[in-house]
Amino acid sequence: MTCTETQILLHALLDGELDAGHARDVEAHIAACLGCASQLRQYRALHDVMSVVDLGFTAPLSLRRRVDAALPSGRPAPAPSRRLVLRGFAMGSMASAAAAATVMFAIVRSDQDQRMFSEVISAHLRSLQAEHLTDVETSDQHTVKPWFNGKIDVAPPVVDLTAQGFTLLGGRLDYIDGAGVAAIVYRRRRHVINLFVAPGAGAEDRGAKIEPVQGFNIRRWTEQGLNFWAVSDINAGELQEFGQKFEAALRPGSGS
Amino acid sequence: MSGVDRYRPPMRKVTLPMNAGGTQTYEGHDAAAQFRALALPLLDDVYTLARYLLGSAADADDAVQECYLRAFRHFDTYHGPAIKPWLFTILRNVCNAEFARRSKARLRNREADAETLEDTTPLWQEIRDTPETALLRELDATTIRGLVAALPAQFREAIVLREINDLSYREIADVVGVPVGTVMSRLARARFMLRAAWKAEEGLPA
Repeated sequence: MTCTETQILLHALLDGELDAGHARDVEAHIAACLGCASQLRQYRALHDVMSVVDLGFTAPLSLRRRVDAALPSGRPAPAPSRRLVLRGFAMGSMASAAAAATVMFAIVRSDQDQRMFSEVISAHLRSLQAEHLTDVETSDQHTVKPWFNGKIDVAPPVVDLTAQGFTLLGGRLDYIDGAGVAAIVYRRRRHVINLFVAPGAGAEDRGAKIEPVQGFNIRRWTEQGLNFWAVSDINAGELQEFGQKFEAALRPGSGS
Repeated sequence: MSGVDRYRPPMRKVTLPMNAGGTQTYEGHDAAAQFRALALPLLDDVYTLARYLLGSAADADDAVQECYLRAFRHFDTYHGPAIKPWLFTILRNVCNAEFARRSKARLRNREADAETLEDTTPLWQEIRDTPETALLRELDATTIRGLVAALPAQFREAIVLREINDLSYREIADVVGVPVGTVMSRLARARFMLRAAWKAEEGLPA
C-alpha cells in the first residue's frame, strides 16, 4: 500500500469504516511509515477532540413551538397491539399456528439477558429523564471510585477516558433488578453513556456482546467477577470502542 | 414476526425499529403521531445541520420548519430503518433550494472554488511533523465551530455529517447523493483543511 492510498484510507480506519483486510493493510503500512503514522496520530487527535467537545446546536424553543404548531396533532401511538396476535389465532390456519409458535419461542428464549437488558435500558432512561444523571459529579476518577465505598457491595473500577474521547462525568447509585449497582457516567459529544457495574456472583469472564435494544446499544461483558453493561444511543462501533478502551485501561501495565 | 403481518388488511403502514423483539406496525391514521414520535426528538440534530449548512440562525429556523413540513407530507415514502438520514436528505434539499434562491451566481462560484481545491490541494506533502506539532490543543467549542463553518460547503457538509451528526459513510453517501469513495476523499480533505486551520489558530506551523 502506498502513502497516497494510506492518506485516504486512514480516515476510514479511524472512523471504523474499514473491513478487516484493508484495516490490516493500512496498519501494516503505518507501522512501517513514520510519516503516515504521524498523520494518523494527528487526525485521531482531531477526531477525538471533535468527539468530546459538543459542537451541536440546540434548537431554540421558539422554533420547537413553531414546528409543533405546524404539524397536525396526532393521537398518541397505540401500544403494540395484542389483538393482532389474537387475530392471528382466530384465523386458525396452520400458518398462524406456526407464527404463534415462533412468537412463543422468541418469548421463551428471551431469558435472563433480555430481562436485564430492558432493566438496564430503563435505568438509562431514568437517568436521562429525571435530571439525576450523577450523584457525584466530577471528572476525577480518584473521587468517583471511593464515593461508591459502603454504598454498594462492589468496588467498581473507574477510569478516566477523556483522552480517548469519552469524558467521565461522574457516578451514581442505581437499581437494576432490585439490587444496587454502580453507574459510571461518560459523555461522548452530546451522548450519555451509562456504564452499570454489578457483582457477577462467581461469573466467569465473558466476552463482549453488543446488542441493539429499543434504539439503544448495549455492550455487555463480564470481567474480574463483575458484570458490565454499557448503554448509550451512540452507534455500535463507538460503543465497542468505548468498551475496548475501558477494558484496555483496566489491564495492568496499560499505564493509565 | 412477519407471520403477524400476514393477516393485516392492505393498509398504508410504517414499520418502525422500536423494540428488540421485532418491529411495531402502525396504520396510516396514526401517521401524525408516529411522525411526531420519530422526527421531533431529532429536532436538535436537524437544527445543527441546518446551522452548519446555512450559517445563519434565522435561515436555519426557516429551513428546519420547511424540512419538517415536507418530511411529514412525504412520510409515506419513508421506509426506515434510520429516519435521521432521511430527514437530513430533505433538509439538504431545502437548504440547496434556499441557496439557489439567494444567488445562483454565488452558488456557482462556491462550487467552482471547491473544485479547484479538490484538484490542486495536496493532501499530505506539505506536512513536516515534529512531536511538538503533532498534538492539537483542545480549542473551545465556539472556536471549533468557527473553523468548521469556514470550510468550503461540500467539505463542511461531509465533516459535520460524520463528526457531529454521527452518520456512517454509507448514510452520508445517501444523503449527499455521491459514492462512498467520494465521501471518504471529501472527509480526508475536510480534515486536512480543518487541521491546517486549527494549527493556524494555535499559531503552529502547518
